Amino acid sequence: MALKRETYRIDVSNDVVRVRQVARSWAAELKFSLVDQTKFVTATSELARNTLEHGGGGTMTAEIVENGTKKGIRLIFDDQGPGIANIELALRDGYTSAGGMGLGLSGSKRLVNEFEINSEPGRGTTVTIIRWK
Amino acid sequence: MSAFQQVIKANETAILSGWLSEMATSTRRTDLMGDTEIRQQATELLRLFTEASQTSSDVQSAAFASTKEFLKDVAKSRMDQGFTPAETALFVLSMKQPVFNALRDAMKSNPSELVTEIWAAGNLLDKLSMLTVTNAIGFRELTIQRQQEEMLELSTPVVKLWDGILALPLIGTLDSARTQVVMESLLTAIVDTNSQVAIIDITGVPTVDTLVAQHLIKTITAARLMGADCYLSGIRPAIAQTIVHLGIDLTDIQTKAKLSDAFALALQRSGKTVVSTKGSAPKPKEL
Ligand SMILES: Nc1ncnc2c1ncn2[C@@H]1O[C@H](COP(=O)(O)OP(=O)(O)O)[C@@H](O)[C@H]1O
Ligand SMILES: [Mg+2]
Repeated sequence: MALKRETYRIDVSNDVVRVRQVARSWAAELKFSLVDQTKFVTATSELARNTLEHGGGGTMTAEIVENGTKKGIRLIFDDQGPGIANIELALRDGYTSAGGMGLGLSGSKRLVNEFEINSEPGRGTTVTIIRWK
Repeated sequence: MSAFQQVIKANETAILSGWLSEMATSTRRTDLMGDTEIRQQATELLRLFTEASQTSSDVQSAAFASTKEFLKDVAKSRMDQGFTPAETALFVLSMKQPVFNALRDAMKSNPSELVTEIWAAGNLLDKLSMLTVTNAIGFRELTIQRQQEEMLELSTPVVKLWDGILALPLIGTLDSARTQVVMESLLTAIVDTNSQVAIIDITGVPTVDTLVAQHLIKTITAARLMGADCYLSGIRPAIAQTIVHLGIDLTDIQTKAKLSDAFALALQRSGKTVVSTKGSAPKPKEL
């Protein structure tokens, strides 16, 4: 059950900056520590840029979620791009198909509490993360 | 038969001069706009309005297209000149008084027709002024958006700290095309000033992700190839932890917590020391 939910477009480079600001202000609203805010915002930055660069643009949906007394933020990055044929490979440290550092997926997985990828070649990619307070 | 459209057409000159003097007393901003310009705008708007209202009393109709187009230009130029959206709307609203005066004079003998026509003319002018406000706010939003984008961009100068020592204090987000430009300007400055050390300070960078790290690493590697040492300073604790979790390896890069530490190292490496010319530091006074 989501307590709050918003969806943002990611079509241009500036949108990455904007969704990062959203992640930061939501994390501040839930009173995440400075380190946790920084980790969460950085993961947001990586995944939003993948949505833009590899997925050809898409959306980020942000939700405040609850688990018992715990609150957290769930972000869903969704695109209708080429998809990922080999998810295991894409999650490997240093793997890149496009001259990046290849640490966006694997690194952001380490920066959050829950991480899930769904992708179908030709259909698109959805990455869902949660960071609990 | 004397609907407000005919009254306006018959009294264009009187309405214009009444309107101008109305604006002169209540809404003019002489600091922002000259007489000639305001007269031109008023004349043109009255002409378009009179013409359009002859065929329609619906502002959404094609008859009002050029009136609306003109008001859009007015809104834009007034926003550029520094008027508020309310002041811009007043330009249109202040036409009411002279129009109503003309109607009153023409329909003295028929009060109920006068009320109907005042209502009709007033309604039309209200709608046009609302449209002007909407346009004005739209232009303001565009301006704000543009300014925000500009603020997101970097404007970072390369500064010379000492002979042979440069610093690049980065401020803002680091993922736009400008980043490339800034990094290149550092490399150019290294060559131009024949510097041996360059310090990149990221104290003012809110997020360091893999793209930013890649830019930094590339620049530092290029600086090395050109024979200069490049240090990275201003890595805040939260960012240091995040970099480690991301898996970015900065062990090959000389990092310092603060710009001053990096500067001290740079001085030391280039064989310079800082000495106090006042001898020993003054002793604290005894009570
Ligand atoms: N949304 C996406 N759509 C398609 N491919 C993706 C997407 N996200 C990641 N990938 C693939 O996974 C690889 C690894 O991603 P990442 O770890 O972020 O590294 P990088 O972005 O530096 O290449 C990418 O190079 C790309 O091939
Ligand atoms: Mg990536």
